[in-house]
Amino acid sequence: MTGPATTTPAPAAPAQAAAPALRRIAAQAAFESRTILRNGEQLLVTIALPLFLLVGVARATIVELDTAGATRIDFTTPGVIAVAIMSTAFTSQAIATAFDRRNGVLRLMATTPLGRGGLLAGKVLGVLGVEVVQAVVLTAVAVALGWRPHLAGIPAAIGVALLGTAAFTALALLLAGVLRAEGVLALSNLLLVLLIVGGGVLVPPDRLPGGLAQVAAWLPSGALGEAMRGALSGSGVPPLAVLVLAGWTALLAWGASRLFRWQ
Amino acid sequence: MSTSAAATGALAPAAQPDAPALALHGLVKRYGGRTVVDGLCLEAQRGAVTAVLGPNGAGKTTTIEICEGLRVPDGGTVRVLGLDPRADAALLRPRVGVMLQDGGLPSGARALEVLRHVSAMYASPRPVAELVDRLGLDSFARTTVRRLSGGQRQRLSLACAVVGRPELVFLDEPSAGMDPQSRHAVWDLVRELRSDGVAVVLTTHLMDEAESLADVVHVVDHGTVIASGTVAELLATGAHGGAETVARFTAPPHFDPAALTAWLTAHGASGASVTVGRRTLEDVFLDLTGRNLR
Repeated sequence: MTGPATTTPAPAAPAQAAAPALRRIAAQAAFESRTILRNGEQLLVTIALPLFLLVGVARATIVELDTAGATRIDFTTPGVIAVAIMSTAFTSQAIATAFDRRNGVLRLMATTPLGRGGLLAGKVLGVLGVEVVQAVVLTAVAVALGWRPHLAGIPAAIGVALLGTAAFTALALLLAGVLRAEGVLALSNLLLVLLIVGGGVLVPPDRLPGGLAQVAAWLPSGALGEAMRGALSGSGVPPLAVLVLAGWTALLAWGASRLFRWQ
Repeated sequence: MSTSAAATGALAPAAQPDAPALALHGLVKRYGGRTVVDGLCLEAQRGAVTAVLGPNGAGKTTTIEICEGLRVPDGGTVRVLGLDPRADAALLRPRVGVMLQDGGLPSGARALEVLRHVSAMYASPRPVAELVDRLGLDSFARTTVRRLSGGQRQRLSLACAVVGRPELVFLDEPSAGMDPQSRHAVWDLVRELRSDGVAVVLTTHLMDEAESLADVVHVVDHGTVIASGTVAELLATGAHGGAETVARFTAPPHFDPAALTAWLTAHGASGASVTVGRRTLEDVFLDLTGRNLR
C-alpha cells in the first residue's frame, strides 16, 4: 500500500491490509466447525442424537410405524437427516452464538477485519461444515442398515437441506440475539425435543394425532421433514413444504435482523 | 481485494500524517435518559501512550467502544485515523487493534488457536510465535480459554489486539487481574508499540499504570474530561489550580516533622504541613474525582 503519508519522523508501519474476504470467512467457518465438533455437549446433540434416533426407530419395533409400504429404514432416514439439520443449524448454533454474545466474542470479532457480515457468513458456513460430517456419518450407518435412497433425488435433498439450514439458522440467531445465554441453552434443547416428538419431522404430520396433524405441516420442522422424505423416497418434493420453509426463512431472518442485539 | 485497496488509495491523500490518531469533540452518549458521555473532547497522538483515567462508571468504556465502532454516539464528532468509525469501518478494522474489557475470547477454543485465528484475518500479521514468546503464552497455549486465569486471558487478549500490526490500539483496562510479572511484560510491549509509532489509547483506574506508561493522561469523570496533561503536569498542579512546591529529601533517623513545619511557618509559609511519602498521581486523581464510593 503506497501513499504520500510517509513523511512523519517516526512513520508507523505501512497501512495494514486485511486478509482477502474469502480467506477470512473460510477461517471463521473452519474455526466454528472445529469448536462445535470438539465440544462434548455439541457432539451429543449433533451426532449422537440423530444416530440414536436412526438406529432406534429403524431397528426397534416398540414404536408402531405405518411406513406406507416402505422399509422402516427407508422411511426413517430422511426424517433423521432433517433432525440432524435442525440440531446443527438451530440448537447447536443458538447455544454457540448465545455464549459468544455473552462472552463478547461477537463484539471482538466485529472489530477485526472479519466484521459482522463475515462473522455471520462464517457461522453459516461452519454449520454447513458440521452438516457435511453429519451427512457422511448418518448415510454410512443408514446404508449399512439397509437404506436405499432414491439417488435421483439427492440434488433436491441438498437444496432442501440448504433451505432448512437457512430457516433454522435464522431461528437460532433470533433466539441467541435476544435471550440470555442460559435461557437459549434451555429453550433450544426443549424446542428441538418438542419438534422431534410432535413437529412432523420424524413422523409425518398426517400421522400425528388430532390437531397436531394440521399444525405440524405448517411448522418449519414438518415442512423440512416432508420435503426431505419427498426428495429421498422418490415421490418428489411437495411444493407446499418448500413454500412453508421459504416463508419461515424470510420471517425468521427478518426477525433476527431486526431484533438481534450484538451486546 | 482490489476495490478496498483502491478505496484506501483514494483516501490516503486526505489523511494528514500529523493529524491526531484519535480526535473526539463534544462526544455525547445517552442510555435511556441517562447521559453517560457528556461533551467529551480528547486527542491521542501517534507514537504516544494516551491514558484515559477515571473511576468506574465515568464513561471510559463507552467512549472507547464508540471509537471502536461498537456503539453509535448521540452527538459530537469522532475521527479515528482521520476516518469515521462507523462509515469507514471496513477501512479501519485492519488498522485498529482492540482489547475489550471483558476479553471477547471464545471460551471453547484453545489459547494458541484463538491467536492464530485472529491473525488469519490480516494480510501480514506479526509472527504468532514471537507474541507467544513475548507475552509468555507458551505455558497455556493448548489450554481452552474457559480454563485460563484472568491474567492469562488478558495477555491473550492483548496478543490478539496487536497481532495485526495496528496503527492505533485500544486497550480497555489491559492489566486488570494480572500478577506483577505479567503486568511488566504487558507494559514493555506497550512501550515497544509506542516506539514503533503506534498510537496507544488505554483506559485504566490503576494509577501506577498511568504513571509508568502514559505520555498524556486524560482524567474523565461524569462523562467529560476534567483534567489533561502529562503525569508531571498533573502532579505539579493542585486540584484547584494553585501550584505547590514539593521538596523531596531523605529524612535522617529520628527526624521530627514538627520542627520543619515550625521552621516553614517562621519563614512566612502559610498552611505548612509535612507529608511523609511523595505526592502521587493517586492523590491528584482523588482530589479531582472525590473520595465518594460509587
